[in-house]
Amino acid sequence: MSGWRRKDLLTIADLSSDEIELILETAESFREVSRRPVKKVPTLRGKTVVNLFFEPSTRTRSSFEIAEKRLSADTINFSAGSSGLVKGEGLVDTALNLQAMNPDLIVIRHAHPGVPQLLAGRIAAGVINAGDGAHEHPTQALLDALTIRQHKKRIEGLKIGIVGDIEHSRVVRSNIHLLTKMGASVTVGGPRTMMPAGLGKMGVVVAHDLEAAIDGADVIMMLRVQMERQSRARFPSVREYFNLFGLTRERLKAAKRGAIILHPGPMNRGVEIASDVADGPYSVILEQVANGVAVRMAVLYLLSGVRAEEA
Amino acid sequence: MPRLGKSATVSTSATAAQMGNLKPRRTILDSAQMRRTVRRMAGQIIEFNGGSENLMLVGIRTRGVPLAEAIAAEIERMEDVEVPVGVLDITLYRDDLSTIAPQPVVKETHFPRTLSDLVVVLCDDVLYTGRTVRAALDALIDFGRPKRVQLAVLIDRGHRELPIQADVVGKKVPTAAEEIVEVRFDAVDGSDHVEILELVG
Repeated sequence: MSGWRRKDLLTIADLSSDEIELILETAESFREVSRRPVKKVPTLRGKTVVNLFFEPSTRTRSSFEIAEKRLSADTINFSAGSSGLVKGEGLVDTALNLQAMNPDLIVIRHAHPGVPQLLAGRIAAGVINAGDGAHEHPTQALLDALTIRQHKKRIEGLKIGIVGDIEHSRVVRSNIHLLTKMGASVTVGGPRTMMPAGLGKMGVVVAHDLEAAIDGADVIMMLRVQMERQSRARFPSVREYFNLFGLTRERLKAAKRGAIILHPGPMNRGVEIASDVADGPYSVILEQVANGVAVRMAVLYLLSGVRAEEA
Repeated sequence: MPRLGKSATVSTSATAAQMGNLKPRRTILDSAQMRRTVRRMAGQIIEFNGGSENLMLVGIRTRGVPLAEAIAAEIERMEDVEVPVGVLDITLYRDDLSTIAPQPVVKETHFPRTLSDLVVVLCDDVLYTGRTVRAALDALIDFGRPKRVQLAVLIDRGHRELPIQADVVGKKVPTAAEEIVEVRFDAVDGSDHVEILELVG
């Protein structure tokens, strides 16, 4: 790998395993910056990063913002409910207006898949996808991979079970691409009403109960039940969901001894995960949050070295 | 190609691949001379500081690290004291990040303890433009407030672009700007030597 050459980070599907490896290794080095007495390096001094969040987000946005600040970039936040985003301005017009202010990087979250791609093609700034609809959420998959590697020393050859609302999850899509590219075997599980067609083509095994999904797993990834996206009820009740797909200490026995548990947050305790499991010794949920900052610093650092004319 | 602070040693192979082949021109230090030089540097550091107490050696990646370790081993042999060795990666503090692409690889920085009230001896293989040392000083300050910072280099090849001088120098070597100083350490490269290389083709 002769170094990072992309202007944008739009999907994991686009990336080669070498590129993923480079981001993870760079992130590993950036972890140390957050542990220093002065948690800031001058690397992106004089660069401007725009955080453009068309969907509400607290943790991803603050994670990006902390990463940007620790690299000394100047940051500007635009979020849904502010500015032209609610005044009916078209997406491309918003983007061109931003471009006129000459930012170096734009971090975007949008409810519609493909919006980051659309933007990336229109503007000179580098674009980072912070989640587009149910399509992809690349930095989440990267921080999950970093967390897995820290505990299991590798990704290749691991058994990974992902459980929950597979259909609505961009986290799953990015994770499936990343984990299969890096040589893990992935099983997804969840209610049939939340399981999209065609998953087999992505190289994963589909299970319809929790035990089968996490059977012999080295890593368990629990997904959030997205209450706010349940416009049509996909399951009869929260209690029933917990009874069938909630991760409890008893059910955990199906996984391999020493399996770690990930959750992209925010968790619904007592819905997809029991409280004692979430707080238990195998949960690495808070490490994921710390790794999120490191991964985003790595991505910002790598992309900032690429100018539009070179990409 | 922009002139990097340490292009002389850090990226010898990359430079060769980009620009043609490198041919050895002359040997500056062979293995025995290098050992003696490092020993003398260790002695000077102790003399300079009136002993080895409250001392930390900090190697600048890449080949400042084996130099720092070699000096620490000599100090331990002479004084029977184990001097802590830190590792400093200056990539995030470089002044040429916006002129080079792709971004250089970032490696970890590690100090065995806090720097406050210690005498920190920065160690690097080659002192050239001084830009690496400038970056290293900025980085150090973010980790604490050392009592004093000194600079020890194996080779001072001249051509400074900043007002920076070393306190302890292994050997001063006048060089032409287009020459490349190659430093190799047994611990990481399998042999000890310093050579001047020239570019052919």
